[in-house]
Amino acid sequence: MIEFKNVGLVYPNGTEGLKNVNVTINDGEFVVIVGLSGAGKSTFIRSINRLVTPTSGSLEVDGENILDYKGKNLRKLRTKVGMIFQNYNLVKRSNVLKNVLAGRLGHSGTLRSVLGLFKDEDKALAYESLKRVNIEEKLYNRADELSGGQQQRVSIARVLTQQPKYILADEPVASLDPPTSHQVMSYLKKINKEDNITTIVNLHFIDMAMEYADRIIGMRAGEVVFDGPVSEVTEKTFEEIYGRSIREDDLRGGADSVEE
Amino acid sequence: MSKNKSDSLSMYPVKTKKQVTLIGLIVLGMYLFSMFWTQREMVGGFSGALSNMFQVLEKFFPPNLSVLSAIMGPLFQTIQMAIIATTIAAIITVPLALLSAQNVTTFKPLYVATRTLLNLLRTIPDLVLAVIFVGLFGIGIFPGILALIVFSLGILAKLISETIESVDMNPLEAMRASGANTLQMIYYGLIPQVLPQYTSLVLYVFEINVRASVVLGYVGAGGIGLLLNQQIGFYNYPNAMAIIVMIFVVVLVIEYISNKIREALI
Amino acid sequence: MAALQLPPKPKNSLYKKIKGILIFLIVAAIYIWTFVSIDIDFAKAIEQVRQNFGNVISGLFQPNWAATGDVALSMLETITIAFAGSLMAAILSIPLAFLAANNMMGGKIGSAVGKWILSAVRAFPDIILAILFVVAVGPNPFAGVLAIAIGSTGMLGKMFSEIIESIDMDVVQAMQANGANRIQILFFAVMPQVIPEFLSYAIYRFEVDIRASSILGIVGAGGIGTMIFFASSNRDWSQMGTILLGIIIVVTIIDFASAKIRRKIV
Repeated sequence: MIEFKNVGLVYPNGTEGLKNVNVTINDGEFVVIVGLSGAGKSTFIRSINRLVTPTSGSLEVDGENILDYKGKNLRKLRTKVGMIFQNYNLVKRSNVLKNVLAGRLGHSGTLRSVLGLFKDEDKALAYESLKRVNIEEKLYNRADELSGGQQQRVSIARVLTQQPKYILADEPVASLDPPTSHQVMSYLKKINKEDNITTIVNLHFIDMAMEYADRIIGMRAGEVVFDGPVSEVTEKTFEEIYGRSIREDDLRGGADSVEE
Repeated sequence: MSKNKSDSLSMYPVKTKKQVTLIGLIVLGMYLFSMFWTQREMVGGFSGALSNMFQVLEKFFPPNLSVLSAIMGPLFQTIQMAIIATTIAAIITVPLALLSAQNVTTFKPLYVATRTLLNLLRTIPDLVLAVIFVGLFGIGIFPGILALIVFSLGILAKLISETIESVDMNPLEAMRASGANTLQMIYYGLIPQVLPQYTSLVLYVFEINVRASVVLGYVGAGGIGLLLNQQIGFYNYPNAMAIIVMIFVVVLVIEYISNKIREALI
Repeated sequence: MAALQLPPKPKNSLYKKIKGILIFLIVAAIYIWTFVSIDIDFAKAIEQVRQNFGNVISGLFQPNWAATGDVALSMLETITIAFAGSLMAAILSIPLAFLAANNMMGGKIGSAVGKWILSAVRAFPDIILAILFVVAVGPNPFAGVLAIAIGSTGMLGKMFSEIIESIDMDVVQAMQANGANRIQILFFAVMPQVIPEFLSYAIYRFEVDIRASSILGIVGAGGIGTMIFFASSNRDWSQMGTILLGIIIVVTIIDFASAKIRRKIV
């Protein structure tokens, strides 16, 4: 369970990233955060694994306040919380297997991992994860040989190998075309249901949010302006969140080609 | 493009034209002064020198290749000095480059201090380093090697820190987000991205060191320079030319090999 | 977790394997050869450094202020050598670069010839060029200018030709399509693309040449190197301190100015 209690975040330059956020996310939920860029979605997500640190309030993950975590505790938190990025964040020159194994780093001893001595279970786990996103045949290809969609699947495999309890995805489909976007979201949804991993995704495409989310949180200017199950959401809700009428580019489209 | 007040339309703004003309004139003036200053002590002047240049250079030919066997020893010594110096510099450079890379060393005073030290180091010519080390350790190859190490360290650490600063930090962020510690991040995120460039730069510095080590012999820091200096001193130009030809060949061969290795890496 | 079932790694070809082993063996052999045959007398070096340390270091840190004027004049000479040399090189390398670039006039053969000339020139260390020119035009700063000019032409020509090869050829095609002749294409499509980078590299080369020209005096080619030579033969360390200070100041100022100008250009 993740609990935001009166969480606020002011960046050193004075911009307010989060304002008095109170949100509880239950285990197993698939939550989509929507909002315009700069609305604080990314800050919200990155607070959970402390890539950014809120400056007020308390943020509890599994009942423990994580805001004063340092060093070892912080790394332990991060092994529990996996993250997927917009730009995949793979080491382009390393092969797929090595990239996926990087997900195990938090679980492995420094010396062992620096010598490249991953346990056989870790390797098997990595391979298993690649299979789940159907990209196991690219095992020994270099990451820069893959297409964008394939790279994002590798980064999902990396997160799976980490065996997290939570997955954070920061605009995971913003750099992909519509069919590939749906493919990636389907994998995230499937993993959420099969493994019961709580998943929090930032999106700015309305149609995708509606299609995949259990619950939607709307943000504007660092504040949570909507929080409710998908069934309560209408076009009007989005207009309120965005503070303007809905436009063509708020939609991803291409929902028919999911079968691919 | 802006319009002039006059009727014709100029391709460039008048201000730009004026600036370019002014800069051109300054450069020309500095050039003329430089030419005057460097030739002021010359007997016969520029034209006199150029006309008999080829006559004089003829004295170098043909190179006396019978001395080759005597050259080999010092020549190999020169290469060995460059190998040792490059190897040691390549090792010491790693921490220095990390410390002077802004994206790794986030503690600013440390970064600034390392940067300043390296900048200072790079202003000192190899010859001066050699003179100082010879003064400290006496004549021999040891001061020569030290001079090459310090000399190449300044260049290498700067180039490598720039490479480190240009790496893609995203994968490192991903590793941090999954709980990796700093060492693991460097090993899995940084090294694979930097390694090809690192090797290439080390080879480049090796080439520089081979060239630089020629000058060391002039101040008693070992290598082929001593022999060359002696032969020129005795006006034994064909022998000197044999040495020059050999240095030329060695530099070409080393450049060829390191280019091949570089191509294989990328 | 089930037993490890990774698919087999794609096998490297036999050729690649042999190549890898061969390279490893050669590198190992080179290192063994180097460390077996290099002969450093550490005991002597340590004894020497004990005797000389105080003398050398205290001298270096107590510059001889009386020599300031001489050092300043010598540095001025060094700057003029570097300036005239780099400017000559920048001009000389333009035609050579166009010849060597594979997308310009030369065609395959021309490009190969141009590249060959440039790499042959590059293979001569500056100091060797200086020796040759000192014999040719006498021991004066102008020999230094010529050495720098030729030495820099090799490097600048290579850089320039790479810049030319990387230009956007679509513009050239567009101009060909609307009937421009070769000279017009050169001035309207090629030059605008390459000139800022040419300038930037030429200015950078001036930085390098300041360092290079500061050592040429050791073979009689003028500049501060002459003073280095005398100070080192007289073991006059406080004089050396003044020289070192002069070099550091001038090189730092020029590096700074050049970086600033280059940032403005590109």
